[in-house]
Amino acid sequence: MIELVSQDRCIGCRLCVKVCPTNVFAMEGKLAVIARQEDCQTCFMCEAYCPVDALYVAPQADKSANPDEQELIESGRLGSWRKEIGWNPGAEDTMAERDTTPFFEVFTEAYRGKQQEIGK
Amino acid sequence: MSQPALKEALKLTADVLVIGGGPAGTWAALTAAAKGVKVILADKGYCGSSGATAPSGTGVWYVKPEEELREAAKASRYAMGGKLAEHRWMDRVLDRTYENMNRLGVSGYPFPVDEEGNPYRRGLQGPEYMRLMRKLVKKAGVKILDHSPVLELLADEHGVAGAAGVQTQNGEAWSVHAGAVVIATGGCAFLSKALGCNVLTGDGYLFAAEAGASLSGMEFSNAYAICPTFSSVTKTAYYSYASFYYEDGSVVEGAGSKKGRSVIARNLLAGRQVFAKLDGADEALQPLLRVAQTNFFLPFDRRGINPFKDLFPVTLRLEGTVRGTGGIRITDEQCGTGVPGLYAAGDAATRELICGGFTGGGSHNAAWAMSSGSFAGEGAAAYAAGLGRHSQHRAPVGLSSSPLVHQEVKAGEAARTAEYVEAVQAEVKPYDINLFRTEQGLASSLERLDGLWKEQRSREIQRTPEGVKAREAEAMTATARWMYSSALARTETRGMHKREDFKGSDDSQHHRLISGGLDQVWVKTEEVAKESVLL
Repeated sequence: MIELVSQDRCIGCRLCVKVCPTNVFAMEGKLAVIARQEDCQTCFMCEAYCPVDALYVAPQADKSANPDEQELIESGRLGSWRKEIGWNPGAEDTMAERDTTPFFEVFTEAYRGKQQEIGK
Repeated sequence: MSQPALKEALKLTADVLVIGGGPAGTWAALTAAAKGVKVILADKGYCGSSGATAPSGTGVWYVKPEEELREAAKASRYAMGGKLAEHRWMDRVLDRTYENMNRLGVSGYPFPVDEEGNPYRRGLQGPEYMRLMRKLVKKAGVKILDHSPVLELLADEHGVAGAAGVQTQNGEAWSVHAGAVVIATGGCAFLSKALGCNVLTGDGYLFAAEAGASLSGMEFSNAYAICPTFSSVTKTAYYSYASFYYEDGSVVEGAGSKKGRSVIARNLLAGRQVFAKLDGADEALQPLLRVAQTNFFLPFDRRGINPFKDLFPVTLRLEGTVRGTGGIRITDEQCGTGVPGLYAAGDAATRELICGGFTGGGSHNAAWAMSSGSFAGEGAAAYAAGLGRHSQHRAPVGLSSSPLVHQEVKAGEAARTAEYVEAVQAEVKPYDINLFRTEQGLASSLERLDGLWKEQRSREIQRTPEGVKAREAEAMTATARWMYSSALARTETRGMHKREDFKGSDDSQHHRLISGGLDQVWVKTEEVAKESVLL
């Protein structure tokens, strides 16, 4: 679930308040805060939209994980999902363009066929 | 009947109101707007990020219009679905999906291209897809109300005429008077935290039933996804490459992602943790898997787990009717519900028409959402346009089965709502009630659910964000009752519906189960359209 709004990074653009489907965030003064953590559904959408990589959603869906901001920055996890989708500035392509699902379907068919032959 | 609205901050009128801004809702809004009528779309969260599709990636049932390919596509899951799908509906959905996907390409969706530069249109990445849909809907002149859940439908003696709700971010009430309403609120996953599913609480089923519509196939509602115990990422497809183990490293015999899901469930029920490892994917395949469904790896990466090499604990998370096929009964080709002015699309509508009693996986679901959304949008637009001047002089009232009030309700209501939610979850989550169904298990659960409904039915619900949660609890309770009443009536095993006490399928039950009712739940049978047997 959502664990962090980096107060150093947040620019108060309200985008997380706007896009969170379960209305987890609120504004406190000029910055966004986690107002209803228990409503978080761990869908990672807020991270995808945050323009300054200020948010971190821990993969644990049911209990709080209390990660350390400095560690998240050092391990490259802060902002990693936006980068994965290709919505970060300077991204060469988006996840949609890179999508290998169709190729992978064909590959998998061939691959599974091969495995079956080996099985014989 | 609820009180008339007193201090609504936002009162709007439209020809078509679409409830829900996922794939089905946005396609409905787009196609309705293309008919030249005024459209408003209200989303419980944010149109563009709400629902099961946005955070995910999905295949799409995109099949070229060549007879051989189409016939193979239709036949592929027909038997698995218990032969309840319909030939004609599959044709319509395949046609419309093909058309819509090509349209998405023209509208700017960045489909991947092969070496010859041909686009591959068999998949969609959720974040990109839904961001584009929001953009297209706005461009078409549709007014979007974000964070605006519906509390009830409005209707008069001629039919459904709008909806009323509350804006969760400022607490103010809203209402839209409309000539026609499309329900595209998704299925019901009972707040299980399956990926993106916590906004999907069966609200639309309740609204439709309160307006007099019925449901179909609610026995096909026990979808569970394999997922890491700690995680919300419910993507089961890749587990076809997994082997399953006990903690000591010995293999769980018979466990698998398809038929072996029951084996996993039985172990979990017996208190034995099951672990998985995707050791069936070799090194050549691993990078391809990684790019095709990137979000599958997100929770592993963040916990430093290599799912191809490391064992990780798994569970089965309830996806209810989001992946199950039950939903609002469709009575005509425009996705009408039999109630004048009321249409349903996507997971909110029954998907039996193309899948029968077994989920078609993401690709059928995505195809159904964009096709049924388009049918419903066109149907609603035509209906609203046909009302003419008559639509200007309506004074519809709210249909909520519980009284909705403006004044403060008693203290402690929020805590009670949480208790109701937990109580319903305790009936629908357990594998030994919902997955392995028996007459005794279903009947005793139904008794408790009926009691829960009775308690909630008469309590006053405030038109506030807290009140929205109370209505969700009611919707989940009602949904569970239609599910288990239908499951009791189907004394056989068909599609995903598994009866422990009736393990085989019974030819004399090759029919649909229609259900409905609020205080008194009813179930009756309906014949499957004849042409389906031609397959």
